[in-house]
Order: sequence, then C-alpha cells, then structure tokens
Amino acid sequence: MSRIPRSYLLNRLVTLVLTILIAATLIWIIPRLSPVDPAEIALGRMAAGAGSVANADEILAQLRAQMGIDQPLIIQYFKYLGGVLVFDFGLSTASFPTPVSALIAQALPWTLGLMVLSLVITFVIGNLLGALMVWERSPRLVKVAIPAAMVFTSIPPILSGLLLMWIFAAKLQWFPLTGSYGLTVEPGWSWDFAQSVIHHGFLPALSIIVVTFGFWALGMRGLMITVQGEDYTTLAKAKGLRPRYILYRYMIRNAILPQITAFALKIGLLIAGQVLVERIFAYNGMGKLLYDAILDQDFPVIQGVSYVIILMTALSVFLVDLVYPFIDPRVRHEAA
Amino acid sequence: MSNFSTDDNVAEATQPMTRAEKRQARRMRRFDNPWLNPKLLWGAGLLLGIVLLGILGRILWNLDLVFTGSATLKLPPVGFENLRRQPGVWDHPLGTDGSGRDMLALIVIGAPNSLFVGLLASLIGMTTGIVLGFTAGFVGGRTDDVIRVLSDVMITIPPLLILVVFQSAFGDVSLTMMALLIAGFVWQSPTRLIRAQVLSMKQSGYVQMARLSGAPTSHIMFREMLPNLIPYLFGSFIANVTTSIVTAVGLEVLGLGPQRIPTLGRTIYEAINAGALIQNLWWWWGIPTLLLAVMFIGLLLINLGLDEVSNPRLRRLS
Repeated sequence: MSRIPRSYLLNRLVTLVLTILIAATLIWIIPRLSPVDPAEIALGRMAAGAGSVANADEILAQLRAQMGIDQPLIIQYFKYLGGVLVFDFGLSTASFPTPVSALIAQALPWTLGLMVLSLVITFVIGNLLGALMVWERSPRLVKVAIPAAMVFTSIPPILSGLLLMWIFAAKLQWFPLTGSYGLTVEPGWSWDFAQSVIHHGFLPALSIIVVTFGFWALGMRGLMITVQGEDYTTLAKAKGLRPRYILYRYMIRNAILPQITAFALKIGLLIAGQVLVERIFAYNGMGKLLYDAILDQDFPVIQGVSYVIILMTALSVFLVDLVYPFIDPRVRHEAA
Repeated sequence: MSNFSTDDNVAEATQPMTRAEKRQARRMRRFDNPWLNPKLLWGAGLLLGIVLLGILGRILWNLDLVFTGSATLKLPPVGFENLRRQPGVWDHPLGTDGSGRDMLALIVIGAPNSLFVGLLASLIGMTTGIVLGFTAGFVGGRTDDVIRVLSDVMITIPPLLILVVFQSAFGDVSLTMMALLIAGFVWQSPTRLIRAQVLSMKQSGYVQMARLSGAPTSHIMFREMLPNLIPYLFGSFIANVTTSIVTAVGLEVLGLGPQRIPTLGRTIYEAINAGALIQNLWWWWGIPTLLLAVMFIGLLLINLGLDEVSNPRLRRLS
C-alpha cells in the first residue's frame, strides 16, 4: 500500500464514502417526501387477504411502531444509516417476515456471476477488436465487418435480449425462455445443476455481450489511432521488433490505460442494464427481486436492492482506482 | 478539374475523371467540411424520420385508435396471420396489441415521446453542466472542489435505481416530470468535460492574449472558449440523450414511468407481461423494439460523426 500516494488514496476514499452516504440518504429521503404511507399499504394487504380488518386504527398504530415510522425523522434517519452499514434493511412487507438482507443474499450471487462473466468477456473482446481495427496488419475482413457490426452496439441490452429470446428461446427453442436453472434439477454442486445454470445463463449473458463490446471497441479504436502515431511505436518498428509484439506490448499496453478509467465511469450503466435483462429473462438475480418488489410495493426491498447495487458500483469504481496506480506508474510518480 | 482543387493555378484536366477519381474528389470535398460526413447525415436522417413519423402520423392517422378496445385483439400486421388464423387488415396496418390498441397509433404517439424525454433531460443536464463546468474551471478553489467531488460522486450512482425508488414511492409521473428527474443525473459528464477543457484552455495562448488585452470574463468564456468546445458539447449532448432514453425505457419496462400516456417502453412492458413472446405476437414487442433500435443507432451515428469533427485523425481518405 505504501506505493500508492496517500493523497490519492484519501481522495478516492472520500469519494467512496460520500457516494455511499449520498445514495443511502437519497434512497431514504425520497419515500419520506411521498404522500404514500407504508403502514396503510401493509394494512391494505391484510385487508385484501382477510376480507375485512377490525380495529384498523389500532393496527395502523402498531404497524407504524413496528416499522419505526412513529419516531422523529432525525432518529429514523440515523437508525436507518446504522442499519444500512450492517446491511439491515428491515423486513420485507410482501414476504413478511423475511429480512430484506436474506432475499438479497439469495439473489446477489446470480447477479454477480452474470456480471463478472459478461464484463470480462466484453472488455477483452471489445478492446481486442478495437485494437485490430486500427492495426495495419489485421485482415481486411476485420476492418470491414467490425464497424458494420458495431452499429448495433448502441442498443440497450434489454432490446437485444428480447430479440435473442424470441429467436433462440421462443422460435428455435435451443435455450429456455426464463429462469436461471431448470425446475427439475436440485441446486447444489452437481454437474446437472451447473449444466442447467450455463444453459439458462447463456442468453442473458449473450444479450449483454453483443451490445456492450462495441463501447470498448470504439474507445479502443480512438486510443489506438493516437498511439499509432507516437514516436515509440515508430521506433519499435524501426528496431525491427515483431509486429505482434509491437501490437501487444507497445500499442495495446499504452492504449488500454484510459479504457480502464472509462470502465469506472461505465459500470453503473452496465449494472443498470443488466438489472433489466434479468427482469425480462426472469433470471433469479437482483433485477427480478427489484421488479417483484415494485409490483408488490415492497419498499424495504426496493430500497435494499437499490442500495446494494449502488454500493456494488461504488466499490468497483474504488477498486479500479486502487489498482490503477499499479497499471500506470505515472500516477504514482506524479504525486510523489 | 479546378473546382475540386484547393489551388487556383491548376490547368484544366484534359481527360474526364474515372469513377475512382470522382469518388476521391467527393471525399476531398467532404474533408473540407467535416460537418457533412455521411455518419452525421445518416444519423440525423434516422432521427428526423422518427420526428416525421410523429408529425405525419398525427395528421394522417386516426389517433383515437390508441384507446383500449378500439379494435379486434391481437391482429397481425398486413400480410401475416396470427395464431387464430386471422389475417392482417389495412384498417390496422401494423396490427393491434393484446387490448385492441392500434400499433400504428401507439408508435405515432409513443416514439416522439421517448425522443422528447431524451432531448429535454439532456438539454437541462447540458445547461447545468456548462454553468457548473465554467464556474469550476474559472472560479477554482473551494467552489471547484465542491463541484468536482459532487460530480465524481454522482457519476457513479446509476440513475435508474434512484428513479425506481422515486417512482415507486410517488406512483404516476408525467412525461416532463420524468425528463426533469432524469436531468438530475446527466449533468455530471458535461460538467467534468467542460471543467477539464476550461482548465487546459486557460493556459492557452489565445485566452492569455484576450485576458491581457482586458477582455471581460464573460467575453472570454462565451466568445473565446465556448466555440472551441462545440464539437465536444454536441458529442456529450448526444451521449446524454442516449443515456436519458435508456433510463426512461428502463423505467417503463419495469412498469414505472408515465402510466396514462403510450410510450414505447410501456408497450414492451405490457407485451412481456402478456406473454407475447410465447404467443408469437412478435409485432407487439417487435415494432417498439425496432423503433427504439433505430433511434439508438441514429444517435450512435451522430456521435461517431461528431467524433470525426472533433478528432481529425479519425477522418481518413482511404
């Protein structure tokens, strides 16, 4: 750690803490501004279940006490912040009395798995293709086919998801339409289960990959054009180094640095896009949890899911910033 | 051919140009005016097409057909048959959805709505960004610190999730309200961009010169610096339009967003919920999806075209 300048680290840490604090506060304040009373929603749900409810006022008061919304706002706020730090978002109102954190803990691995997989694949493929588009030795086909294919990469993954779902799941029936594993397999560390998970996860992952690799390819192309004109590239060529060696060790190595920073800026949008893909594929992740919670007006779950996703985003940005000085030593030297 | 040359003292060509030469000449002229590059024109054309669809549709088509139950349910577009073996009819050339609304009327109203949300949100975000970016770059000090940290923080928060919380708490929103809410999340990138550019431009010769000759700050900001920023501003504006529309569509597909006005995202939401994919009602979700895709491709092409304007190295003659 001593190799990272302290001011840089401090700066990033402050940004991280502020992001989490502001996000948590927004998530808390917004529902408080709304005229909707969560206790009344809960009562309405009881009434819908039982036909009629006697002593409605007493039950309302009790519900409010249980939810802690009869206390002064400032106390509520600090209680909430304290809870959020240990991932305590209260109890789900739709599937009462399951804690929200338990629901999130169930959904999170699915989302993380899908995210890491599709992110790594798109980052590698996108940057490689972007580099090949500029490299003078790449086959002609690459230079013609990739720009044409990239037109479609401006589309959000939900639209590509619908299209892939229709072609490969509804029409051809190569892949299952929805879900994250088959109904007949038992979740566990078995080959059948793994196979089923891959089979179900293929289309959601593909719909994210086909529309996001172009973002990296485009950025990489612009950076590679700059690197191509640099003196060190010319020198490397003049020295007679192997072209492939120049491509990987001289050009891509230098061009990829700003891409890693772009990664930090883009990740929020990528995660939001994935939430929607999970919703249309009814994939067992955070997206489905969020969608179900919206349908049920289950506020604690909506808050919890939003908070955890924002936390994930902020943490990945922080991690990228933390790793960056090791990839680009100039950052270390400038501050020292 | 002297009219293709930048030099006046050239002899007239004695032989007619070959096709390849003509193509080369066209490219040369394009090189002279970067704003006329084909990507930019194609992108603008696609978006204009959607605006025209909205205008012409309102004049030529009966928009009352957008109400529920105004036609037979689940009719296919003309030339196709649905699962009940009903053929498409010319009264509803693009078919009808699961509650009997005419698809053509739906997209005539819905497509410009999506574009409107994107443009309005991005315009507000852009204006905020210009003001904050210039302020941060010029004033510096504590003000700069606050603006920089705030935009750094807000850029990592995905707008979709905060807006989900907002809309599920408040219920129905109007189209303008949704645009305003999204605008609260698209001012960060223009702010950062302009701040960085202003900081580097402040050191440049022509700004120093203007300052030494006693030009007022507003003159330096708007007459000296802003014109140089225009390609970047346009690029950032278009990128924000895309982000705004993606966010709006995302909210609509989750069943939030305006509930009483037809939007493309809401149509997709209803189609998914009604199982349109299994029932092979492809026109119900497919037509709005296609329109959105056209919109995004148009925006991307404009952005690529603007890149060529601001980064001449991307313009190539070959």
